[in-house]
Amino acid sequence: MGRSGTTKDAQALFQSLRSAYAATPNNLKIIDLYIVFAVATAVIQVVYMAVVGSFPFNSFLSGVLSCVGTAVLAVSLRIQVNKENKEFKDLPPERAFADFVLCNLVLHLVIMNFLG
Amino acid sequence: MARNLGFLVVALLVLASSCESAIFSPVSDSHRSAALELFSPIDGSFGSLEETYEALQTFEVLGIEKKPDIRTSACASVVDTLQSTSSALKDLVHALRVNGILKCDLKNEAFRGIESRLKDSLNAANSLLDFYYSVGGLMLVKDQTSAVDVHLGDADKIFRSIKALSQSDGRWRLSSNNPESSNDAAGIALETLAGVISLASSEIDHSLIATLKNDIAKLFDGIEKYDDGTCYFDEKLVDARGHHGPLSASASVVRGITAFAAVTSESLNLPGEKILGLGKFFLGVGIPGSAKDLGSVPLILSLPATVLSVTKNDQLKVRVSTVLGSSAPPLSVKLMQIFVSGSKDASIIDQKLKFDPDNSVHVLEKLPSNVNVGNHIFSFEIVFDDPEHKKNYVTGGRTKVPIHVTGIIKIDNAEIAVLDSDLGSIETQKKLELPGENAVALSANHLQKLRLSFQLITPAGQAFKPHQAFLKLRHEGGVEHIFVVGNSGKKFEIVLDFLGLVEKFYYLSGRYEIQLTVGDSVMENSFLQPLGHIELDLPDAPEKAARPPPQPVDPYSRYGPKAEITHIFRAPDKRPPRELSLAFLGLVLLPFFGFLAGLVHLRANINNWPKSTVPATFASLFHVGIAAVLLLYALFWFKLDLFTTLKVLSLLGVFLMFVGHKTLSHLASTSAKLKSA
Repeated sequence: MGRSGTTKDAQALFQSLRSAYAATPNNLKIIDLYIVFAVATAVIQVVYMAVVGSFPFNSFLSGVLSCVGTAVLAVSLRIQVNKENKEFKDLPPERAFADFVLCNLVLHLVIMNFLG
Repeated sequence: MARNLGFLVVALLVLASSCESAIFSPVSDSHRSAALELFSPIDGSFGSLEETYEALQTFEVLGIEKKPDIRTSACASVVDTLQSTSSALKDLVHALRVNGILKCDLKNEAFRGIESRLKDSLNAANSLLDFYYSVGGLMLVKDQTSAVDVHLGDADKIFRSIKALSQSDGRWRLSSNNPESSNDAAGIALETLAGVISLASSEIDHSLIATLKNDIAKLFDGIEKYDDGTCYFDEKLVDARGHHGPLSASASVVRGITAFAAVTSESLNLPGEKILGLGKFFLGVGIPGSAKDLGSVPLILSLPATVLSVTKNDQLKVRVSTVLGSSAPPLSVKLMQIFVSGSKDASIIDQKLKFDPDNSVHVLEKLPSNVNVGNHIFSFEIVFDDPEHKKNYVTGGRTKVPIHVTGIIKIDNAEIAVLDSDLGSIETQKKLELPGENAVALSANHLQKLRLSFQLITPAGQAFKPHQAFLKLRHEGGVEHIFVVGNSGKKFEIVLDFLGLVEKFYYLSGRYEIQLTVGDSVMENSFLQPLGHIELDLPDAPEKAARPPPQPVDPYSRYGPKAEITHIFRAPDKRPPRELSLAFLGLVLLPFFGFLAGLVHLRANINNWPKSTVPATFASLFHVGIAAVLLLYALFWFKLDLFTTLKVLSLLGVFLMFVGHKTLSHLASTSAKLKSA
């Protein structure tokens, strides 16, 4: 009885989230997709490391941090580009995107150096 | 090996253990060759006139026939100096001296010019050196030409002015301003005064010459002496000409006295032993002095060999000659006494040595019978055949010479035996031939003793005690033990009681090599001989026994190649199997494809791509730039280094900034227009 209740509740919650999410603008959805992609890559790397061991450790760190870093940068891009965010009203989204590109390039330079 | 040799000291004892018996030998070829080496001309000349003069003078005194030929350059230099009016007084004198030896061609006018210059400087002289050079120059002119009159009219006055510089202790000062006096200056003054006397046109006052003789006697009172009889004049002060030392001071004084003795008709009455001492001083320094015509010629007694072998019947040879090596007048040498070093024994011999005229040596054909091996001091006396010679020659009384007498020592009754400890009975006994080859093979255990005994007899039949008599036992492992062989007057004997030596031998059983060393400086047949070996059976070492000392490592191995080192590396980490890695590579690429699929699902598009040409190119360039940077990163990982990457990145970055700015600002303006519209 309770169990079916909770399942129903969970399902109802899930549906509402889905519908709410559908309302988000497309560009934000693209960014979200990118974030999911980055995190998924990181998770697969961690699983691999768990299977074969952490040698060479710097390569593992480099790979994981690349994914995590780019995900973080994408999150900040999303925040800045989101029109509902009042704080960044005056910031043109192109400017935010330019920052995103620049920071990613710097991040990947460091990553490539650390990759070894 | 070095240790063995160290024990065998077969060095000859150093002669002259006491200074009283030093040996002097007269001038020889070694002096002459040394002089030739010292004075070797560079490019046909000796440099200054002073050096030229010194070289020529030395060659003449030592009697060197083959001189280097420097005549042309020296004569040219002499003529130059003598003819120029600006030459210094000293240079004139040196030039004249060289001319005296080489006899260059000089005209009489030149001599006249020199003579007037010298007389002028003599009148104007006020220091001793001025007088010396002027008078010396005039003397040389007098010797070299008779065309010029060099006599001094006012010789008395000059004599007195030079004498004014003398002092009460016989020394002279260089000038009246300088209060310091020296023996060197005394020599110079005497030479100058002798020159004045010889150049005087009229006889000099006799009282002046008498005072001068007193001065010379006082000078000799101040002579310094060594214990062995050498005498010399020393300089205490540094004078204007620099501190030259006892050699130049003594030479200067001797020169002065010689010159003075040559011009006075009276005798000088100089103490004979001091003159002999001076002669010995010059010989001892290695340079012949100018003691030729002192009036008393010192005679030197020398021995070509001071080590004699009794066994070989060496003959004792003695040479008597003057200081410069010329022969002595007829005389005979007598061996008066023989002292034994280190003891009060002295035997009186009084034997005359036979003279061998061919070699001009005095020979003692046979050593007195009671001379044993060892160190002796022979006392000689020189007796002149003609008693008149005693006045002219100085011998110095008795001459003591240390003689080292050696001989072959006989070794008798040498035997080695192994004895039973308790009873002393002999288990094995072997006779030894010493010093010959021996190879005995003995064996003993710790309850037995080893005995070695021998007798040493000199050629005269007496018992001999050498400096060294050692017995060495060497274990096969390298450990060595050395024992001194004691003697009881007649016999040398050593008994090794193994019971007491077990601990000393570190309980090492096994084969021990036996070696005997007997040596002394007078023993001509000192030896270091292996005698054989002994197998020792010692009990086992208890727990607390001392370990044998570690043997020295072969010294050559220290510098040889060392052992090969095998490095142990850390085991490399396990790598995953290839297939697993490739599987995960595929798995990692999956999200990317999922991303692309998602993009398609979201209907992502590039409709905002600029339509017009210029913005379009900028947009393309922007994307190309990003792709280029990523390609650069890939290259960086594969082969480039950070510095190159950064360099290229900086260029690309600037480009990308520019292009990106253009593109994005275009996009921004477009969307702003849309908004406003």
